[in-house]
Amino acid sequence: MSTLLEVSGVSVTFDGFRAINNLSIQIGEPELRAVIGPNGAGKTTFMDIVTGKTRPDQGRVLWGEKSVSLLRMSESEIARAGIGRKFQKPTVFEAQTVRENLAMALKNPRGPFDVLFSRGLDDADSRIHGLADEIGLRDHLSRPAGELSHGQKQWLEIGMLLAQDPRLLLVDEPAAGMTPTERQHTTDLLKRAAETRAVVVVEHDMEFVRRLNCKVTVLHEGSVLAEGSLDHVTGDQRVIDVYLGR
Amino acid sequence: MTSSTDTAPSSGPKYPGGSGGQRPPAVRRAPRGEPLRRRSFVARNPSILWFLLALSLFTLGVTVLAEATGTGLLSTSFIKTLGKTLCLCLVAVAMDVVWGYCGILSLGHMAFFGLGGYAIGQWLMYARTEQIVMGNLDGQPIPATPQEISDAIGTQIFGVVGASELPAIWAFAHSLPLQLAMVVLVPGLLALIFGWLAFRSRVTGVYLSILTQAMTLALSLYLFQNDSGLRGNNGLSGLQNIPGYENTPQATLSISFFWASAAALAIGYVALAWAVSGKMGSVIRGIRDNEARVRFLGYHVESYKLFVFTLSAIVAAIAGALYYPQAGIINPAEIAPIASIYLAVWVAIGGRGRLYGAVIGAAFVSLLSSWFTGGGAPDIELGFYTVQWTDWWLVLLGLSFVAVTLFAPKGIGGLFDLINHRVMPDREGDYGPDTGSWRTEEGTEEEPPR
Repeated sequence: MSTLLEVSGVSVTFDGFRAINNLSIQIGEPELRAVIGPNGAGKTTFMDIVTGKTRPDQGRVLWGEKSVSLLRMSESEIARAGIGRKFQKPTVFEAQTVRENLAMALKNPRGPFDVLFSRGLDDADSRIHGLADEIGLRDHLSRPAGELSHGQKQWLEIGMLLAQDPRLLLVDEPAAGMTPTERQHTTDLLKRAAETRAVVVVEHDMEFVRRLNCKVTVLHEGSVLAEGSLDHVTGDQRVIDVYLGR
Repeated sequence: MTSSTDTAPSSGPKYPGGSGGQRPPAVRRAPRGEPLRRRSFVARNPSILWFLLALSLFTLGVTVLAEATGTGLLSTSFIKTLGKTLCLCLVAVAMDVVWGYCGILSLGHMAFFGLGGYAIGQWLMYARTEQIVMGNLDGQPIPATPQEISDAIGTQIFGVVGASELPAIWAFAHSLPLQLAMVVLVPGLLALIFGWLAFRSRVTGVYLSILTQAMTLALSLYLFQNDSGLRGNNGLSGLQNIPGYENTPQATLSISFFWASAAALAIGYVALAWAVSGKMGSVIRGIRDNEARVRFLGYHVESYKLFVFTLSAIVAAIAGALYYPQAGIINPAEIAPIASIYLAVWVAIGGRGRLYGAVIGAAFVSLLSSWFTGGGAPDIELGFYTVQWTDWWLVLLGLSFVAVTLFAPKGIGGLFDLINHRVMPDREGDYGPDTGSWRTEEGTEEEPPR
């Protein structure tokens, strides 16, 4: 397992409030990692920094074998470099069909002229069908995404993430608002994805994290409080004090 | 262009049961869901065929009723009005692409339309003046030098603003091909530079609209100056006289320009419909609905916006280059900010996000507008007050704009959905003209970072 993402000594301040405080995290490839922590621990800000949405005041974010700095890249460049993100609230393009949503996410050249003249010369159809099978939306390909249920939208977004074929998936609360069966399905999807790539899951639900059965990082006030197996961190007195005990 | 000719090789056999044992797993599931055949562009967009049919019938009807080619029931000036309306429809289609599809509410597109008109107007005016000057100099015993000819043309064109030199921007005016290139290049470059500056700084929504208004206002104020080199507030005139066709009656010229406008509208419509179809259309509409999400998918949103903005500016310029020879005169008032606002109103009333909606809106509102303001509509006696439509038309237009925005956001084009019994899913938010375009700022719904 080689290091894919290295975040070291990163700090971010919003209007005097220190959202991330000297945070250091390493993610390997392949790896499944769960990030937990109380509200305001900086979980989402961590993802914002990695995806280029928020610029840190100090620190380094290095990516890949060549240790490229992500801080000088735009959001779209970072996405093309192989980092995919799933948001907390499902954000799919509701006015477009499931097929169009997936087609847009498929890993293909992203320039305007590439897209304009790329009609029908790739194997997009079979790739879309394969993805749709995986996320259980095969029968819904022609439906507008806005008509899907909440859980289906979550899956569509995970499917779009897989369609990008990223090396690192950042997944924010994937199981929120899902039924137990849907949760099981989501766990399986993420575990399967983590066999070949790095997957970072932010989650509140401890049961869900337990099922993921992976290394856990606990964030508190913008820095790492504890790291290790779920049993290890839940036994840590400081974790119990700030997170579990409440 | 039939759907059967371009079956994609990757989409599996048409008859899933009949191709033996070596099928890949995906094909075995083929009977479920979608037919796997890839359909052609026109087959997926039947509205294009309907539009072309309607446009052809209209053109045919006008041709039959025109003076030069038919019964003469329609006057030459009315043919010109119809030809101009077709040009307005084309610029409205361009506006719909940039606003209705990409969510950029540009309130400066008539600047590109006007620049296209100025570019063609320079050639029309130069070439015609050159002929007059040559005619005058014909009787001279000594042939005139090129310098003398150039000076005489300069005096003829610029006497009205007290100048006699041909400014540098008239350097290409002697050549039709060069000036036609200017029709595309000047507005295209302006859109490219303006768009690059604005989109790179991530200016969106109302702020971008205000910026485009400022652009068209600045351009119009600049052109109002006498030393702008385009005859100040006099503008360019006599554009209805086409050099080389002096002996052709206006009736013939008018129907020719009408045909040219109809052809330009047909070609522009199909080209833009193609550009906003397929995956390109998907990305563009994605940018309209959630710009940040498209960015996180790896698309460089700014390039896409710049592409759409520049493309639509060029189409607008071509529409302008066909419009002003029919109008006969262009002056800086044509690119005043209000003109671009009208354009947005036409598209909103016709229905954003569908190209035929923009055509309907532009045709309907601009023809209605010339009927009301041209004194066609009878005044209404209220006893204590007489409603004169020349004064009250704008109030009516404003009220209908508000009514459409509030009660029928799909505009007139929305009626076609009713006809089709096609129930579209309700969008969660409407991207109304008041907020530029609807989009949620990514992350606002997430928990605050504390």
